Amino acid sequence: MIVNDFVIKFANVNGSGSASANALFAKAIFRMGVPVAPKNIFPSNIQGLPTWFECRVNGNGYLGRRDGIDIMVAMNPQSWDEDIKAILPGGYLLYDSTFIREIERDDIKTIGVPLTQLCNERFTIPRERQLFKNVAYVGALTGLLDMDFDIIKGMISEQFRGKDKLIAPNIDALELGRNYALKYFDCPLDIRVESSDAVGDQILIDGNAAAGLGCVFAGATVAAWYPITPSTSVAEAFENYCHKLRIDEETGKKKFAIVQAEDELAAIGMVIGANWNGARAFTATSGPGISLMSEFLGLAYFAEVPAVLFNIQRGGPSTGMPTRTQQSDITACAYASHGDTKHILIFPSDPTECFDFAIEAFDLAERLQTPVIIMSDLDLGMNEWTTKPFKLDETRGFDRGKVLNAEQLDEVEQFGRYLDVDGDGIPYRTYPGTHPEKGAFFTRGTSHNEYAGYTEDGSVNVRVMERLVHKFNTAKELVPGPVFGQDTQGSTMGLLYFGTTAISVPEAMEMLDERDIKIDTMRIRAFPFSKEVEDFIDSHEKVFLVEQNRDAQLRALLVNECEIEPAKIVPVLNYDGSPITAKCIVDLISEALGKNTEQVGSNTVAAE
Amino acid sequence: MSYIAKPKFHHPNLPRNSLGLTRRDYEGAMSTLCAGCGHDSVSAAIVEACFELNLPAHKLAKMSGIGCSSKTPTYFLSKSHGFNSVHGRMPSVATGANLANNELKYIGVSGDGDTASIGFGQFAHAVRRQVDMLYIVENNGTYGLTKGQFSATNDRVSLGRKGQKNAFDSIDLAAMAIQLGASFVGRGFSGDKEQLVPMIKAALSHKGFAFIDVISPCVTFNNHNGSTKSFEFFRDNERSITATDYIAPREAITAEYEEGSVIDVTLHDSSRVRLRKLDANYDPSDSAAALQHIMKHEELGEVATGLLYLNVEDTELKEKMDMVNVPLNSLGVAELRPDNNKLESINKSLR
Repeated sequence: MIVNDFVIKFANVNGSGSASANALFAKAIFRMGVPVAPKNIFPSNIQGLPTWFECRVNGNGYLGRRDGIDIMVAMNPQSWDEDIKAILPGGYLLYDSTFIREIERDDIKTIGVPLTQLCNERFTIPRERQLFKNVAYVGALTGLLDMDFDIIKGMISEQFRGKDKLIAPNIDALELGRNYALKYFDCPLDIRVESSDAVGDQILIDGNAAAGLGCVFAGATVAAWYPITPSTSVAEAFENYCHKLRIDEETGKKKFAIVQAEDELAAIGMVIGANWNGARAFTATSGPGISLMSEFLGLAYFAEVPAVLFNIQRGGPSTGMPTRTQQSDITACAYASHGDTKHILIFPSDPTECFDFAIEAFDLAERLQTPVIIMSDLDLGMNEWTTKPFKLDETRGFDRGKVLNAEQLDEVEQFGRYLDVDGDGIPYRTYPGTHPEKGAFFTRGTSHNEYAGYTEDGSVNVRVMERLVHKFNTAKELVPGPVFGQDTQGSTMGLLYFGTTAISVPEAMEMLDERDIKIDTMRIRAFPFSKEVEDFIDSHEKVFLVEQNRDAQLRALLVNECEIEPAKIVPVLNYDGSPITAKCIVDLISEALGKNTEQVGSNTVAAE
Repeated sequence: MSYIAKPKFHHPNLPRNSLGLTRRDYEGAMSTLCAGCGHDSVSAAIVEACFELNLPAHKLAKMSGIGCSSKTPTYFLSKSHGFNSVHGRMPSVATGANLANNELKYIGVSGDGDTASIGFGQFAHAVRRQVDMLYIVENNGTYGLTKGQFSATNDRVSLGRKGQKNAFDSIDLAAMAIQLGASFVGRGFSGDKEQLVPMIKAALSHKGFAFIDVISPCVTFNNHNGSTKSFEFFRDNERSITATDYIAPREAITAEYEEGSVIDVTLHDSSRVRLRKLDANYDPSDSAAALQHIMKHEELGEVATGLLYLNVEDTELKEKMDMVNVPLNSLGVAELRPDNNKLESINKSLR
């Protein structure tokens, strides 16, 4: 019997209303206290193409994607053959038995529920008949998997509060499926869900919503963006939360401005204009948008204007796979724009960090007067994650960086916008309108001296460019530092990873441990790399670096920036557009070490 | 070449405005443009307008893109912040700046390459959003810094310096601005200060997107016989439709005009614009008629100038976006950050 450890996949037709029913299923498991990782696998399409919802349930909290499906809810004839193939031997197929289907596998168990027939008999409106089929299979699953029915009924009442007349038919549809399952099948199955306290105080939210909320708490007032999958929901979440949290009580007016720009160039232009003028402003985009924003990023780097960007990475290159995930914009972001440029990158690995790093990013951007790019991805941005609750340090204010006000300007003998007064490479700036006589300067992308005056004097330009490097080195101490995993193992081998790979690493380490492969781990959270990252590489003979791109882009960045012998860093890569699995990490490391990958086990179910 | 600072000394009896400032206080660094460049006259007109309006220079910001025209903000108002952005993208930077602080005045200076070609899209959208700013195009029909290529405002009949023909029709930016919904649209000539200065003063007092297309001949690359953007051509073919008088708040109107020959419009800051109609049939509040008028002159090979269109009814960006009255950049932690209880209840809603 398998308790709280399985992968269930729902195969649906895009636009058929399955998303909310599937989300209801995942949330119900979460409410039972069992960690859950739902993932939408969707086409770049509005209606008609196949779409899947995959949900890993794991009582130990191993929530990275896992290959092999234990239960397939096959509701889409288009993808039927492919879906049947994906089921693990001994797994279950739940399907709509109103229609006769050829099932060519005898190593799986089938559960036929006549969903269409049941709904046609119960409901009269065609749209209802369609929608409630989805709710009915969730109902059947509650019976089959022994889920707490009161919890899911309670969720329906919650969801339709205010639209009360929808509550009864939804519960009706749930019971339709549940009662059929209880009557005709031996419930519960040998795979089931048991209430647990493994979730604790965690929350269920997607990274983009967490990022949008983080921007509200970070004091962002201006957002300028252009719609692009998978980043759109960052701006939308910011807007939704602003409507709840940022309306002036007295006047009913907005303490924020959100502009849907005409393109990504304009979006970043507005962000730079607003930040230059002392408002915290951000944009959210994805790879193609970063390409378009690059010229402006060079300006912000050179003219030293803060800016915050969320890059929700998707599959590249070019338009690529807009609805699949990758970490393939690292080079494009680290060195965005022509000439010698470098940008600060931050790598969140869960929604809690999307929230925390949003707050961090505005402080860093203003402290360092430069763009900061938060490198999320589609898997993190658009899927709900079981994650730690948001916390706010109320004693911490906004770090607005080195900005001189009128009184401070009066004290200054001669203001020089690009003078390194403090020796940390960070100059002082002023907002327009501060002082009638002092502090005005001309922001420009042309080469300039310490007083912001145009210059073609090469030695002055070298001085400014070197100060920018000095400033970038200062950033090493300020950006989020790395997080150590099993550094106490004292292994000669190390493993570096970042971003969403983090969710699969603990499980991979456990699997490697079972194979007697001991590896120390470190999670990189920012570029520029802090000294600890260099030390970690120095102190290990061989270092694996897990990335979700083809060209081992972070490895190239490490080799380039830290002058590391390339052969020392072994790339572990996955770039098929699906989130990386623990098994993939284990297989690739085993292969690199010359071990037989077959022995490592096909999944954690087998390992248990 | 590096920038050249202007000597600070001046005649002790220079006239002062109500802020006690002289015209010199509104100047900038020494121009590095070609001697006789029309753009320098536009800079001088901006200086004159700001001086006469008694504007505190630090409460104004200068925005520009790339090109000869976009260099000029260095040459006026040295006490204002300036932002020389990237080619064709000044409108977005100005929009962002405006959202952060709507209490400053913004002057955007652009050229015909910067606005009618690379930045055409951003220009259109800044107009559409009714960003509260004065947007001046110093229009010379040519790319000066890259040595004399045709721009998109160069007329089809206009010849290049070496007699080259231009195969394409020009884009009329003033007509474009009217069509896109700018609430203040004028056209001037860098050589006609009498017309340009009051128009700039009115534009700076207007709330919303004010656009002035200034024909500003390029003495080096586009001032020859056969060019329709030369000083000579423009002097011969300019047709002034309206003459603009700017009347400051509380200033009395002394001159008397025949009935029906003037239109008075009160601006947002209670200053007034008096338009003396040089063409009796002209109605500057009618956008369709304004467009027709411009095109009629164009067919005759003439250029209509003056304040072409004015609409004081439309709202500007901040009002359209329903923003608070205080500048967003003045809000701090207390106004912007919800407290921990709010965050806790959000956490709760996500369980």
